[in-house]
Amino acid sequence: MKFNHELIEKNIGLLGIFTVIAISIGGLVQITPLIFQKDTTEPVEGLKPFTALQLEGRDIYIREGCYNCHSQMIRPLRAETERYGHYSVAGESVWNHPFQWGSKRTGPDLARVGGRYSDKWHEVHLIDPRAVVPQSNMPGFPWLMDNVLDGKLTADKMQIFKDFGVPYTDEEIANAKQSVEGKTEMDALIAYLQSLGHALK
Amino acid sequence: MTTFWSLWITILTLVVIFGCFWLLRICNKNTTDVEEGESMGHSFDGIEEMNNPLPKWWSYMFYITIVFGLIYLALYPGLGNFKGLLGWTSSNQGIVSLAESKQAVIAAKEDGAYVQYDQEVAQADAKYGPIFQKYADTPLEELVKDPEALKVGGRLFLQNCAQCHGSDARGSKGFPNLTDSAWLYGGDLATIKTSIMNGRRGMMPPKGGLPIEDGEIKGLSEYVVKLSGRKHNEALAAQGQASFMKGCFACHGMDGTGNKLMGAPNLTDSAWLYGGNRMAIGQSITLGRMGVMPPWKDVLGEQKVHVISAYVYSLSHQDELNK
Repeated sequence: MKFNHELIEKNIGLLGIFTVIAISIGGLVQITPLIFQKDTTEPVEGLKPFTALQLEGRDIYIREGCYNCHSQMIRPLRAETERYGHYSVAGESVWNHPFQWGSKRTGPDLARVGGRYSDKWHEVHLIDPRAVVPQSNMPGFPWLMDNVLDGKLTADKMQIFKDFGVPYTDEEIANAKQSVEGKTEMDALIAYLQSLGHALK
Repeated sequence: MTTFWSLWITILTLVVIFGCFWLLRICNKNTTDVEEGESMGHSFDGIEEMNNPLPKWWSYMFYITIVFGLIYLALYPGLGNFKGLLGWTSSNQGIVSLAESKQAVIAAKEDGAYVQYDQEVAQADAKYGPIFQKYADTPLEELVKDPEALKVGGRLFLQNCAQCHGSDARGSKGFPNLTDSAWLYGGDLATIKTSIMNGRRGMMPPKGGLPIEDGEIKGLSEYVVKLSGRKHNEALAAQGQASFMKGCFACHGMDGTGNKLMGAPNLTDSAWLYGGNRMAIGQSITLGRMGVMPPWKDVLGEQKVHVISAYVYSLSHQDELNK
């Protein structure tokens, strides 16, 4: 049989099928094997699930779009590890759904920001970044101080993460609402930021 | 990686590369009955399709990328478990602890593998290691007289400390000024180093944790104003003094000069971390102040903290050091 373009060019269904095959090969080679690798699915030894408050903080991090300017992925380059600490490893993100690696750094990387500044500093800085860092071009987030969490969905969120394989106990889920209720979004976000990067010990 | 996934990656990758080669060969052959450059025999809106071959420059580029791809996969890791002829890798994989990370560096060295990140670090250590070692071996009292060391310390300060203490080290509300002579925990070299290494934690709970009524705050603030030697209302300050004796003196001292062991500030000087007017003082008493300085020993390591300590000391001792 003579090879002929015409067959594909005039049959849109067939063209679609071949297109899907062509574009899925990259994913099949690069993504599928990772789902089954110990290297990428085994948590690092010190990994702890986010507490209820930290989990709420993480949602605020996502809501406010922090990932647009801050990555959480220290690459294995000395210039980065000098500034931020040990390069990020896969086992630190296995309970993160979705992970917050990000790809753009207008601000610094936050993968190991936990413990680097005091809670008070974060509070002042989040309300008005230029109060402590005059050159900063980060926007302020003053409303975080006013918004209070009601914790209505916290337990459900934790249950979803548990279904993904994050080892939450039933007790933690039962106490979720109680432990975030009345806290401000600022408290939650700071708790989340202070928890980042301690797992690799 | 298991053999299955290794084969999965290898076979799919090679099939695609050779498939591209095959496709390119086929597309470069004229399999129609029409001569090259002739009309294919149909036109749309007056635009006629000609039987033109793929541009030569384009197909040669494609062949070159195929050859490049194959050479790359032979030299670098890419095909499953095959490590590549160069033995190169960007960083150690599959680490679950810092101890394991250290072991992986040693293991890679023994295997003769070329780990890009480890090489970078080893080169930097060879270059900068001796400098920091020399600083570390120099007592702080000597190091503060070394302008080079102070320059290095200044850079490290800008990178790690300026976010709170400011690039001029004059701090801001709640973040201490390091250029003056007021020190919460002590301003000698050893104490500065301890503060940076282990961090500090302020211990003033709301109202000092004492049975002080809201109504007493005004008097107390007035008394604190008196302690710092400013104009004050004598009667109000006397009330405040009585409240002060409920327990404030335990940390701040009978005379209000503070206690460096606890980081209790001296109330008789003119340095006010959270503001020195009556309202700010009242607020500090009511809310308590528990400022935190994070510990840096694990982040920076002792050698760098040593150099930063010398720099911080130099900030408030310019006159003495310039002599």
